[in-house]
Amino acid sequence: MSDTHLNDYLKKDVASEPIRKGFGRGLLEAGKKNEHVVAACADLTDSTQMSLFKDAFPERFVEIGVAEQNLVTVGSGLAAMGKIPFVSSYAAFSPGRNWEQIRTTICLNDQPVKIVGSHAGVSVGPDGATHQMLEDIALMRVLPNMVVIAPGDSVEAEKATLLLAADKRPAYLRLAREATPIITTTRTPFQIGKAYVYARGADVTIVATGTMTYQALLAADKLFKDGIDAEVIHCPTIKPLDAKTILESVKKTRAVVTVEEAQINGGLGGAIAELLAEEMPAPLRRIGIKDRFGESGKPEELLKHFGLTYHHIMLAAHEVADKKK
Amino acid sequence: MADSYSIPELETKANSIRQDIIRMLEHAGSGHSAGPLGLADIFTALYFSILKHDPRNPDWDQRDILVLSNGHTVPVRYAAMAHAGYFDRKELMTLRQLGSRLQGHPERTKLPGIEHTSGPLGCGLSQACGMALAMRMNKQFHRWVYVVMGDGELDEGNIWEAAMLAGKEKLNNVIGIIDRNNIQIDGPTEHVMPLEDLRGKWESFGWHVIDIDGNDIEAVIDACAMARAIVEKPIMIIAHTIPGKGVDFMEYDFHWHGAPPNHEQAKIALKELRTLQGKIRSEHE
Ligand SMILES: [Mg+2]
Repeated sequence: MSDTHLNDYLKKDVASEPIRKGFGRGLLEAGKKNEHVVAACADLTDSTQMSLFKDAFPERFVEIGVAEQNLVTVGSGLAAMGKIPFVSSYAAFSPGRNWEQIRTTICLNDQPVKIVGSHAGVSVGPDGATHQMLEDIALMRVLPNMVVIAPGDSVEAEKATLLLAADKRPAYLRLAREATPIITTTRTPFQIGKAYVYARGADVTIVATGTMTYQALLAADKLFKDGIDAEVIHCPTIKPLDAKTILESVKKTRAVVTVEEAQINGGLGGAIAELLAEEMPAPLRRIGIKDRFGESGKPEELLKHFGLTYHHIMLAAHEVADKKK
Repeated sequence: MADSYSIPELETKANSIRQDIIRMLEHAGSGHSAGPLGLADIFTALYFSILKHDPRNPDWDQRDILVLSNGHTVPVRYAAMAHAGYFDRKELMTLRQLGSRLQGHPERTKLPGIEHTSGPLGCGLSQACGMALAMRMNKQFHRWVYVVMGDGELDEGNIWEAAMLAGKEKLNNVIGIIDRNNIQIDGPTEHVMPLEDLRGKWESFGWHVIDIDGNDIEAVIDACAMARAIVEKPIMIIAHTIPGKGVDFMEYDFHWHGAPPNHEQAKIALKELRTLQGKIRSEHE
C-alpha cells in the first residue's frame, strides 16, 4: 500500500527493536515540546524506558517506589493541576493491581493520565505467568473515557506517545519487552482511534494489534500463495474502535480473523466479536490467549506454544474462508 | 478569604451547616450522618477562615486545594460550599437525586469547586501529593493542599504508600486532617483494625503531627496556621471529633456512620441543634 509507507517488512533482515524504546523516545520528545508533560515510575525506570525523560527532566520526574496504587493516584493529582502525567510500570502491576484507582480517580474523575504498561504479553518470556500480562486490554477497555492503544512497533509507539501527550483523555498505552520487527516508517500515518489497512485483499479480513500485526502481514503474504487474498488491518487503537474501517473491509470479505498477544475474552477479539455480532455477523476466528495463563519459556517458544504465529493465523484464515462457502 | 469572622460567628455557621446536613439526609433518605456532623466545625473553619478560595471563581489559579478523601462525608462539604456562596442553599435538597450536581459521593465533573471525584477510600492523600508536587514544579510556594481523611480509611494500604512519598519528598505544602472519631462501619476502629499508635505511625513516616480537638473551631484554625509555618515536613493534624456531634442520640454511636435520620429523628435532631442540645430552653416549636 503506497499511502501507508510501510517498511519492507518481508525482507529477511528487517530491523527490530523493543516497542518500549519508541515510547522512551516519544516521551522525551513530548517533554521537550510541552513543559507540563511529567512522568512517574514505580521502580522500573530503565525497563519502561522512562529513564530518557528522567535524565533530561529530573525535576519533572517522580520516583514512586514499588507502589502502583500510589503511582496512578499521584498521577491523578498531578493531572488535576494541569500536568500531563505519564505513569509507568509493568502491565501486570499497572493496570493489573490498581484498577479501581484508575476507574475512580482517572476515568470517572476524567483526568488525562497516561498509564503505560510495559512487558505485556507472553513474549515477556522466562519470568512466567505472573509477569505476562494478558488481561490488561480487557480491564482498560471496559472503562468509560479510557483510550486503549497497543502500538505495532517502536516507530508507531513514538508517534502514539507524542499524540497522547497532546490528548485530553485518560489513556492506556500497552508496550512489549522483546524486540519487534519494525513494519512502519516515520511517514506511516497514525492517529488515535484509527485502524489502517496495511495489505489489501478480498477474501478474508485479518485484524491485528500490537506485536501481532507483523505476524498477520507474514500470514497474508503466504496465504496469497495458497490462493487466499487476505486484507490486513492494523488496529493499534482498541478503544475507541475504528468500526468504519473494519466494517468496510468485512462487508467485502465476509470472513474475519483477529490476532493479539492477550486474552481474546474482552480483548481485541472480544471487541471485534461484539461489533460483528451487532452490525455484520460473519465467520470469525480469534487468535490470542484462550482463557488460560502463560508460563516460563523463551519468547519464540511461547509464541509457538500459544498459537501466536503466522502459521496459526493462516490456519484460522483458511477456516473462516471455508466457512463462508 | 476577604471576610473575617469571629469564633462565635463561626460556631453559629457550623450549627446551621449541621441543620442543613440533617435536612439534606432526611430528604435524600440515604447517606451518612455521623461523619458529616462531626466534621462540621472543621469544614466551617476551612471554608470561612483557612482556605484561600473564591466561590465566584472556583477555578481561580491561586486557590488552595481541599481534597476530601472520605467522599461519603460530602454532605458537610456541600453544605459548607452553599453557605460560602458556591451555589444556592436550595440546591442542597437535591442531594442524591437523579440529575443532581450533588452526587451521593462527590464528582469533580458535576460540580465546580469539587477538586476530585472520591468515595472509594484511601486515594485522597496520594492525589494531594500529586497536586503538591505539581505546585512545587510550578514554583507556587503560597498554595497549600488540605486533605481531609477518615480514620477508618487509614486501613487502606494506598494511604501509607502516599505517606511514604510525602515524607520522602518533604511535601510541606500538604496539610492532612484526620477525622479521628474512632468509628467505622463495622464498629470502633480499635476493634475493627487498631490504628494506635496513630501519632507514632505518622511521625515514623516523616510527618509533623499535631493533635487537636476537632470540634473546636479555633483549635482547627490555629493548627492550620501552625502547619503552614512548618517548612521541613508534611503535616498531619489528628482532629479528635465526636461522631454525630450536636445530636445527642447520634453522638458516639457507630450505627449512625452510614444511616440517615427519618422524619421523626430529623425533627428531634433539628430541635437539639437549634437549642444547642437543650442549653437554650425557651425555644418556640
Ligand atoms: Mg471514622
